[in-house]
Amino acid sequence: MTEITSLSLFELIENIKEKKISSNEVAKSFVYRSEKSKKLNAYVTENFENCLKLSKEFDNKPNFDLKLPGIPIAVKDLFCTNEVRTTAGSNILNNFVPSYESTVTQNIWNQGGILLGKLNCDEFAMGSSNETSFFGNVQNPIAKDLVPGGSSGGSSSALAANLTPVTIGTDTGGSIRQPASFTGTVGLKPTYGSCSRYGIVAFASSLDQAGPMSKDVKDSSILLEVISSFDKKDSTSIDFKRNNYSSELTKNIKGIKIGIPKEYRVDGMPDEIESLWKKGIEYAKDCGAEIIDISLPHTSYALPTYYIVAPAEASSNLARYDGVKYGLRSSGESLIDMYEKTRSEGFGEEVKRRIMIGTYVLSSGYYDAYYLKAQKVRQLIKQDFDQAYNKVDAILTPSTPSSAFKIGEKSNDPVSMYLNDIFTVPVNLAGLPGISIPAGTDKNNYPLGLQIIGKPFDEQTVLNIAYSMEEKINYKNNITDWWME
Amino acid sequence: MTIDLKTVKHISKLARISLEEKKAEKLANDMNSIFEFIEKLNELKTENVEPLTSIAETALRFREDKITSDNIREKILKNSPEKNDDFFVVPKVVE
Repeated sequence: MTEITSLSLFELIENIKEKKISSNEVAKSFVYRSEKSKKLNAYVTENFENCLKLSKEFDNKPNFDLKLPGIPIAVKDLFCTNEVRTTAGSNILNNFVPSYESTVTQNIWNQGGILLGKLNCDEFAMGSSNETSFFGNVQNPIAKDLVPGGSSGGSSSALAANLTPVTIGTDTGGSIRQPASFTGTVGLKPTYGSCSRYGIVAFASSLDQAGPMSKDVKDSSILLEVISSFDKKDSTSIDFKRNNYSSELTKNIKGIKIGIPKEYRVDGMPDEIESLWKKGIEYAKDCGAEIIDISLPHTSYALPTYYIVAPAEASSNLARYDGVKYGLRSSGESLIDMYEKTRSEGFGEEVKRRIMIGTYVLSSGYYDAYYLKAQKVRQLIKQDFDQAYNKVDAILTPSTPSSAFKIGEKSNDPVSMYLNDIFTVPVNLAGLPGISIPAGTDKNNYPLGLQIIGKPFDEQTVLNIAYSMEEKINYKNNITDWWME
Repeated sequence: MTIDLKTVKHISKLARISLEEKKAEKLANDMNSIFEFIEKLNELKTENVEPLTSIAETALRFREDKITSDNIREKILKNSPEKNDDFFVVPKVVE
């Protein structure tokens, strides 16, 4: 039973197609392991019974032409799932049961995927350590009391612990790539507009993007192929020709030009990150890539820009939680009193902090000084990338400025927490695709990731570089199952 | 620039979030450290830069204004904290 859960998605699909294992056997294995792994706190809502039932139905009437034939998959609890509770990690949505399905998850079920459960995340995806979730901290399977990253922390934990073969997360400022980096897994944020935002609980709409998380690059290419689609229900969904990412995947990247941005060598960056990056450059060369020094001069302005744009959009998006139509309601003497008490009790500290920042920067008299200013700087950041892409096909950077930290270590200092996303945020601001792949470990043996950033809509090149480098790096996660009951 | 307690209370009114006195002070401190960090943007001259409002460079699509879902009243009301048969119920708003 335990062997099944350590197979890659690709291997599971092959085995199911060759009828060596059944969908139900696969589902049973992941359910069993998930039930023994409660200590990780990766799940908010389990869908185990239903998953087992649906896997049997698949086996009775199998369709092996599907891309995910009878594969159980747990997803971040930010995706609305029809008739299955969806909380976004928040008390205010504690009892929310959607009557509709997000496009991204619907795409997965249409291809034979089966919902295994809903995974913990930072509240409304606001966090970098999964510590803002109303449903408690998530353990990183790498070591006890280590954060799994965030906001897709339940996803990265469940994936690294083999509780789900692959998963999907969302990435507004690094929420797929940073947790992937912290858990020794692969996480891809696609180009803005690739994957529909319909049915994803909104955080910052001009930045939010769903993407695959997996144990290796090939699996991400399979899952991206399933979830990326044009969708009329999302007004910013883009109708472009999508590749067959998995069948076009190649390790041949000879002659590809990879840029190394000097501004990512930030002050106080640990030596081990610097040396990981250098090793990455050598791996890329070994793969046949040409390395070119580039400049992204506005890099250091990306985080301050993000911390205006994202809270502003969040304060507007989260205005809908008023205790009237769904979610938590606290009792109040008047309508306004009810609103204020509901929102005060329903939202956690970080979410309130960001709503307050967002409300402030959008308020009368401050809009030009903050929000408009940030939108202008965002333009400059995007132009940096546009210019760089005249010279190179992709960009290589570290994924994060450090490895995973201890639970509680940064939770009292919002700015130090925000600095975690220093290498990932510019990619969201410019709407580009970016992947994090495991590339080494620090002195504690905690995983470290490298990020490959691509041109808009060029996920294929990003995946190919990652696929090629992955082979050279040959990273293996050393996980001991310490949490198992 | 510093954000004082009075401003924090004003913003919390605008955001419709009730705030205890003790928490307001902590929030003011947090916001000040975040804005200190944000002030860095003032180093840049941006008079002649077009603001980037959307990364997806496509025009908004039009669609016909027609009903595409059947009667979904029950589904819509299903999650409401308080309702009667046809309506969402809120605390009394008229005297």
